[in-house]
Amino acid sequence: MTDTPVLSVRNLVVEIPTRHGLLRPVDDVSYDIEAGEILGVVGESGAGKSMTGNAVIGLLDPPARITSGEILLSGQPIHNLERSALRRLRGKKMGMIFQDPLTSLNPLLTIGDQLSETILEHLDISQTQARKRAIAALEEVGIPAASARINSYPHEFSGGMRQRVVIALALCAEPDLIIADEPTTALDVSVQAQIMALLKRLCRDRGVAVMLVTHDMGVIAEAADRVAVMYAGRLAELGAVREVLTNARHPYTAGLMASTPLASQGRKRLRQIPGAMPRLGALPTGCAFHPRCDHAQDQCRQEPGPTLDRCDGRAACWFPIGADTKEEAQA
Amino acid sequence: MLAYIIRRVFQSALVLLVVGLVAFSMFSFVGDPVDNMLGQERTQADIERLRETLGLDQPFVVQYWRFLEQAAQGNFGLSYRQGRPVAEILVERLPATLELAFVSGLMALFGGIALGIFTAIRRRGVSANIIMTASLIGVSLPTFLIGILLIYLFSVELGWLPSFGRGEVTRIGNWTTGFLTTSGLKALILPAITLGLYQMTLIMRLVRTEMLEVLRMDYIRFARARGIREKSVNFRHALKNTLVPVITITGLQLGSIIAFAIITETVFQWPGVGLLFINAIQFVDIPVMAAYLMMISVMFVGINLIVDMLYFAIDPRLRADRTAGGH
Repeated sequence: MTDTPVLSVRNLVVEIPTRHGLLRPVDDVSYDIEAGEILGVVGESGAGKSMTGNAVIGLLDPPARITSGEILLSGQPIHNLERSALRRLRGKKMGMIFQDPLTSLNPLLTIGDQLSETILEHLDISQTQARKRAIAALEEVGIPAASARINSYPHEFSGGMRQRVVIALALCAEPDLIIADEPTTALDVSVQAQIMALLKRLCRDRGVAVMLVTHDMGVIAEAADRVAVMYAGRLAELGAVREVLTNARHPYTAGLMASTPLASQGRKRLRQIPGAMPRLGALPTGCAFHPRCDHAQDQCRQEPGPTLDRCDGRAACWFPIGADTKEEAQA
Repeated sequence: MLAYIIRRVFQSALVLLVVGLVAFSMFSFVGDPVDNMLGQERTQADIERLRETLGLDQPFVVQYWRFLEQAAQGNFGLSYRQGRPVAEILVERLPATLELAFVSGLMALFGGIALGIFTAIRRRGVSANIIMTASLIGVSLPTFLIGILLIYLFSVELGWLPSFGRGEVTRIGNWTTGFLTTSGLKALILPAITLGLYQMTLIMRLVRTEMLEVLRMDYIRFARARGIREKSVNFRHALKNTLVPVITITGLQLGSIIAFAIITETVFQWPGVGLLFINAIQFVDIPVMAAYLMMISVMFVGINLIVDMLYFAIDPRLRADRTAGGH
């Protein structure tokens, strides 16, 4: 394998012009995903994690648009492609999985039709071959009796099975990158684990790069190799999952970890981060997190948050948690 | 599904029975036709004789039963005004109305769906906005005014199209058609537009709203994320999902095209059943009115039944019996 990462996002900025001024739901975000790697993207609602995914796959809802930065797919820039060229890449080179499997499938078409349609769109093969591939795709995601069920409609499957169908659809043209936008949020806990195991297996077997957007720290801990924490459109912290989860450098990540319930903690009261994430139209001056931060100092209130480089590419913080990490994690 | 259809047919029959009662009640409660049929110089004997031939001397229930019995056989008695069987008059007039309704229905359906899709997909486009604004005219102007305006423009000022009548018609068996002659086709244009314009704008606005709704759904987004081309997203994925509500409304609208052709037929002196009905009202020709009422209700009920069955054809979720068998 080459050293080029499958996905490389460089200083990405997404802006939405509104009557009250320009909003920046994604502000100067950079990260790479290697083949066979799962990058978890976490953050509160509105932190810009889904927006980043949509920007990558080219499905930003106007008037939102990419105003600067680069997106490279296997080294090739895709942020400036025209619509039809980008459409040919979707499905073929990159796929997307949505949150709710109940609404992601067209209720009036059989899953076989939806699969064949996608395969025929991207591969130059016959109807019969497409059908065979569709069945193989269903088998791969663990649909029992796939050849019998291919003519079923989405409503004839359970939620977990439908998410498997959705994954089969996203993968049927064998893309190199999968953007999974909250793939397990709408599912039962037991089904969640199955779906995550499936995604991990596909990622490992096929060498697919996965961008896993979620707000669930448990899912991240279980599945991701690296994690990117987003806050108010910016990257707060980026690093290997074990490092970030056990040894958070950014106070926001530490706060997130402290507010995640753990079975081992017993019935201790959960800590919470005070306040709420600011709306994009009303960001505070300085570091966007400072009003909620225990460690905030004058510099945080006056200067915008630093880039990740300041702290070995790990955390975008003027005063990253270092020596006092232990007491913070214990709290 | 069969049980469902049987149930619907049963319900339909009940509706028709009630409409039949209303239609029949007119005989007993709206005026006295005998007064109208006989001139000023009538004798008591004349009146008695006519009452007997028309069956008006029987008790109410017997009359209703006889009415139903006869109606089921397509016999609605004699027109008070023309003295001929009502069924015969209706059959004679029906082709004109059906041809008019057919043409304006097709225009409304295809024009409405096409414009609806166009305005939904090009939501922010200039032409879509012009069409949307223009459609307000179709929705808000009353039919007779549109008819009169069209006559003024195309018949009076430009002289391109006839202002009234059906033009030359050709007889095929019991059916008279205006489709085969140039003058017949020309005569059809203005009334068809007048009758269909309102329905077309209505269908267009409905399709647009539904389409915009569907285009926001996750499965459309997912289809786009799989690289499905725009044409297929719009017409294969989105259009099919907009059709269920559109068919409901369209079905009812087609019924009302036939029913409310009355105004258009009056404006254009179109020799159909609508004009017949208006004339019947003026003359209190109750058998004709009753037959017209029954005919319209049969059509409405029939169209509704067809619409219900179309749902099954379009939406697999309604075909409940499929889930049971794992085939």
